[in-house]
Amino acid sequence: MISSKTTNKIMKGVFWISASLIIIILFLILGYVFSEGITALDYSFITEMPKDNWREGGIYPAIIGTLILVAVALLFAVPLGVLTGVYLVEFRREDKLTQCIRVSVDSLNAVPSIVFGLFGLSLFFYYLRDLTGGPTILSGGLTLGFMILPTIIRTSEVALRSVPLSEKLGSYALGATKLQTISRIIIPSSIPGIITGVILGFGRAAGETAPIIFMVVLNPVLPGFPYLFSQCNALTTQIYYLTSEAVSIERAFGMAFVLISIILISNYFARLINKYMARNIKR
Amino acid sequence: MDAVNEIEVRNLNLWYTDNHALRDINLDIKKNKITALIGPSGCGKSTFLRCINRMNDLIDGVRVEGEILLNGNNVYDKNVDVVGLRKKIGQVFQKPNPFPMTIYDNIAYGPRIHGVSSGEIDDLVEESLKAAALWGEVSDRLKIPALELSGGQQQRLCIARALAVKPEVILFDEPCSALDPISTHKIEDLLQELKKQYTIVIVTHNMQQAARVSDYTGFFLLGEMIEYNRTRILFENPQKKETEDYITGRFG
Repeated sequence: MISSKTTNKIMKGVFWISASLIIIILFLILGYVFSEGITALDYSFITEMPKDNWREGGIYPAIIGTLILVAVALLFAVPLGVLTGVYLVEFRREDKLTQCIRVSVDSLNAVPSIVFGLFGLSLFFYYLRDLTGGPTILSGGLTLGFMILPTIIRTSEVALRSVPLSEKLGSYALGATKLQTISRIIIPSSIPGIITGVILGFGRAAGETAPIIFMVVLNPVLPGFPYLFSQCNALTTQIYYLTSEAVSIERAFGMAFVLISIILISNYFARLINKYMARNIKR
Repeated sequence: MDAVNEIEVRNLNLWYTDNHALRDINLDIKKNKITALIGPSGCGKSTFLRCINRMNDLIDGVRVEGEILLNGNNVYDKNVDVVGLRKKIGQVFQKPNPFPMTIYDNIAYGPRIHGVSSGEIDDLVEESLKAAALWGEVSDRLKIPALELSGGQQQRLCIARALAVKPEVILFDEPCSALDPISTHKIEDLLQELKKQYTIVIVTHNMQQAARVSDYTGFFLLGEMIEYNRTRILFENPQKKETEDYITGRFG
């Protein structure tokens, strides 16, 4: 018979190992990517145009392409997602329609990313070609936007729902309208939560290959202002290309390292903004 | 009863879906007096309070019949502007509920939504904080988050916030139930100052508080108003047996 104290100790150990494993896995991946890509990495790698079909030179256009694609995706998905969240939380009671919206959101989240790619291809490339210009930043960005919309909606909804009723009542009791209460109390109080959604959306949009695989080009191209109707490269698709065509595994790892760095750095800045915004929102 | 009626309640009934929560309430609330509403938990006193500024509108399934006349105008009239009504009738809640913003912005919130120009707001903030007896404690740190104040200070901040929109009536829903005795004492003193300018209705579960601060008291039980009189008469010489049982502590 094992004493309850021993059982406790064993279980604590099991929990500790599970929790530690996540850190180990993260550093294994980061370390491996870094060690494999380190020889490709230098300043010119991130600032210069590629040469000889991405075998030499830098990866600057892929970095710029990814950043602009993600910006378009967020500009589309964040306002739409927050507005949907506000509607769900403030304008509807729990009923069939809200359940329906929620199931749709979850289903959309479960759609494989390659399906978003195919859908984007048909919609933007074929049907709306006159509007989007075919394989452009607009098409790719909107496809990514569709994909991260469920994340933005869900995190916004949770954030909006967590605003205490007492604060809303305080606002209404001062004679505020619903719109004033939403724009001046509810949304500002929810911004930290909304930023969490933006971080998740950013990471996912920057990191996916499949949705944009038909929307970006492989030849180096630097998108020109106003960007939306330009063609572009992206880091993920270039990694795929460099690896699958066996152009340069080492440079693929270098790009992977740059991609991970962009996501981690943007997370860090989002957290800083979050901290700054949240300094008044202590509960 | 001598003073002018600010609010007259006539045959007020309220239902939460099928639950008849307020029954035939009739009551005159006097201008520049403090009216206390007492009674055991669930008797309907807070529900009644929320009828006056129509905060019950925000609760699903509430149906109200009867009239509440504010200076002769029925607040339940179809064409009443609820925003304007709530500007005239302020409310202070049971638990202090400052907004998660600075002290200054909390006070400025009401005036801003009602379109007061930013040039006038500085003065209004100072005036409101002074009237709520909080200015001396916070005048040098108006830009700190309101949630850093103590509970008692937060409640006075909420009073200042209500004053800043220049109401005529202020409703207090058990304003001291979350506060310590010293903070409670400060709020009670403040009520005596405020009644010079405002008409005050206060819901309290604390009979001593009602006896200390109010001029008139109404006793609620199971959704009915059993007795309403000058506070002194109600406590010293109650006319109804239920009132006597309650104030002598036989139940409740």
